[in-house]
Amino acid sequence: MRDALGDVQSVLVLGGRSEIALATVQLMSAQRVQRVVLAVRDVASAAADAEALRSNGCAVDVVAFDATASAEVHAEFVRTVCEHTDIDLVILAFGIVGDQTVADDDVVHTLDILKTNFTGAVSVLVPVAERLARQGHGTIAVISSVAAMRPRRANFVYSASKAGLDAYASGLCDAYAGTGVHVMTVRPGFVHTRMTEGMKPAPFATNVGVVAEAIVDGIRRKRNIVYAPNILRFVMPILQNVPRVVWRKLGA
Amino acid sequence: MTQPLRRTATMSGWGGTAASTATAVEPDSVEQIPAILKESATHRGVIARGLARSYGDAAQNAGGAVVTTDALDRILQFDAQSATIRVQPGVSLERLLQFLVPRGFFPTVIPGTASVTVGGAIASDIHGKFRHGSFCDYVETATLVTPSRGAIEISATQNPDAFWATAGGMGLTGIVTEATLRLHPIATALMRVDTTRCADVDACMEAMVDDSLGERYSVAWIDCTASGKSLGRSVLERGEHAPLDEIPANRQPDPLRYGHGMSVPGPPWAPSGLLNPLSVKAFNELWFRKTPRHPHRGYVSIPGFFHPLDLVRGWNRIYGKHGFVQYQFVVPYGQERVVRSILEQLAQHRCASFLAVLKRFETQNDGMLSFPMPGWTLALDIPVARSGLNTILDSFDEMVMQAGGRVYLAKDARVDPQRLRVMYPKLERWESIRGELDANRTMRSDLARRLGL
Ligand SMILES: Cc1cc2nc3c(=O)[nH]c(=O)nc-3n(C[C@H](O)[C@H](O)[C@H](O)COP(=O)(O)OP(=O)(O)OC[C@H]3O[C@@H](n4cnc5c(N)ncnc54)[C@H](O)[C@@H]3O)c2cc1C
Ligand SMILES: NC(=O)c1ccc[n+]([C@@H]2O[C@H](COP(=O)([O-])OP(=O)(O)OC[C@H]3O[C@@H](n4cnc5c(N)ncnc54)[C@H](OP(=O)(O)O)[C@@H]3O)[C@@H](O)[C@H]2O)c1
Repeated sequence: MRDALGDVQSVLVLGGRSEIALATVQLMSAQRVQRVVLAVRDVASAAADAEALRSNGCAVDVVAFDATASAEVHAEFVRTVCEHTDIDLVILAFGIVGDQTVADDDVVHTLDILKTNFTGAVSVLVPVAERLARQGHGTIAVISSVAAMRPRRANFVYSASKAGLDAYASGLCDAYAGTGVHVMTVRPGFVHTRMTEGMKPAPFATNVGVVAEAIVDGIRRKRNIVYAPNILRFVMPILQNVPRVVWRKLGA
Repeated sequence: MTQPLRRTATMSGWGGTAASTATAVEPDSVEQIPAILKESATHRGVIARGLARSYGDAAQNAGGAVVTTDALDRILQFDAQSATIRVQPGVSLERLLQFLVPRGFFPTVIPGTASVTVGGAIASDIHGKFRHGSFCDYVETATLVTPSRGAIEISATQNPDAFWATAGGMGLTGIVTEATLRLHPIATALMRVDTTRCADVDACMEAMVDDSLGERYSVAWIDCTASGKSLGRSVLERGEHAPLDEIPANRQPDPLRYGHGMSVPGPPWAPSGLLNPLSVKAFNELWFRKTPRHPHRGYVSIPGFFHPLDLVRGWNRIYGKHGFVQYQFVVPYGQERVVRSILEQLAQHRCASFLAVLKRFETQNDGMLSFPMPGWTLALDIPVARSGLNTILDSFDEMVMQAGGRVYLAKDARVDPQRLRVMYPKLERWESIRGELDANRTMRSDLARRLGL
């Protein structure tokens, strides 16, 4: 159960090798977390991450999960994971940036990005939210991105996928009001992780530690939207209103 | 038999933290209870809920059923001869006081609020300013509806194991559907109160131990914001039911009239920042200063002495939307330094505490999860809108545990389950008795899930 101070006891991470998610769970595991389920594409690849969490004293399960699987598979997956115990917190962390230059010429790649980040996310969020509502409590932290707020030429397919996810999460939050389920949308800026390796850092670039703290604090305070770093809460509305000509010149 | 009303509701405790959603079941007769337990066995269990004055998650059950006892509020039998009263579980202590005081009787143990039910009082084995026993010491007998053994009579002599597992058992052994309480005779409805200002916590404890006055009740209000030399400066109140010949002439004709005093509404909504260290300091300063410097004696109403906070309706809302926790622990005599050290650290961390109450116990009963033990108990409220609080409170828990003390489950909303096992050495025994009364764990609450009970 989540306690009065917002600390949780069990966590399911969808995209269990995500550096952002692992930093978050690592931070929480020093507190009350007793059980962690890492849902990953390749079970063997998460062995070291699982071991690191175990050394903090939590029980860790690594289970196979592919975001692009069918809705039936997702439903079955959620049933199995939640069969015997409650899940207090679900972090939806998987995602791919893809390669915009490839997507420009290849609709298949474009759809792959959407299938992972948007439709894949939605098809697992549906059974997850239903399950948490049945247990009468729980938090879902959906990792969106500031890219959802203003698409950039350089990665607009990714932006579109996150915009869809972001809108869905926000609606889900309203739809489940009064069920004990809370949905929190997380909008990081540029974060130094495997995903952004080799890319030119954007302004306000940050590291996983900052994002992890923002997520933990957001869960504690039952925030609806969390930015990391927090300054983006004020910067993004400005960027959203930059005229298109200027935006193009900025090379954004 | 009619069907109880059911509705979906989101519930939390008095602290307003960690809400969860469940099906509230509202029986209008105790006969419906066995069927409710049976239906709940297959799903996510069931727990009783009285007036929800426990601070944390004891009376809620996410995704399962929560039986409210509001409508089970009949006084069944009063016997002045044997000084006992038989009641249904939803009868509140306020209702009991209204009924009993004019008849010259008093429920032996009452807590800091009259808005608790008899069922909740048994499940938490509540204590008050009375230091010679807790609520269940004065429960002559009770009826407990259990999932595995059906309805059983429990008392200190009949099914004693079930009785002492239920006393303080946080509703996890079954639902109490009836109880007979032993009463204390009184001559007037007034309290004689001796008030003393104490310069610091040591002086306060010294004064509390000195019971030359031989009074029945004692409590000290501690100003948690004072530090350094005035650490733990406090106002000590010692009370006794006033004898007939002491009360003012104008009260003589009707000495047992139960006084209500007035009640002012608390704020319907308050911003989280309202209760900051500064405003708390100002409040405590006022409270301390309004008490005369020299010991003095006065006569006040029963609510005025026992339930001053009940006069402010909904005061818990001043902590804002994130709510608050009440931290209450007890440590054995000889461990006074733990009280001092916790007060010191609170002042250091500037954990705003609106209320800190120091009491002491002289006895302990056989309740396996009962809180009271001979020693000092300190209770304080802390708003939760800050991070790092669990780390601070965990360090307090560690000190309390090492000192052989414990935290109070009726107030708890965050203790580490592993420490709880050390704090309550009879927990294993409780689990085995619970296994007999409820083999499939039909009785379940968020507190039980959180603490692995
Ligand atoms: C302002 C204030 C001051 C307080 N002061 C004190 C004090 O001085 N001393 C003290 O000991 N406590 C004190 N308390 C705590 C309070 O006395 C206990 O939490 C008490 O249990 C609340 O009773 P309730 O009817 O509100 O029960 P709830 O909070 O609704 O439930 C508490 C527990 O009782 C169980 N329960 C309720 N009814 C039944 C039933 N019929 N059968 C079985 N189990 C049942 C519930 O399942 C739950 O586990 C105070 C609380 C407040 C808000
Ligand atoms: N880094 C940033 O700058 C940034 C900024 C804003 C938002 N975000 C978002 O934050 C989240 C976490 O990213 P991160 O930075 O921690 O990157 P990361 O370490 O690369 O994590 C992303 C994870 O998603 C997993 N994944 C990808 N496709 C999947 C699929 N089909 N099924 C299951 N898992 C899949 C990957 O699994 P494998 O290990 O198997 O590859 C990888 O572990 C992502 O949603 C990302 O979009 C990141």
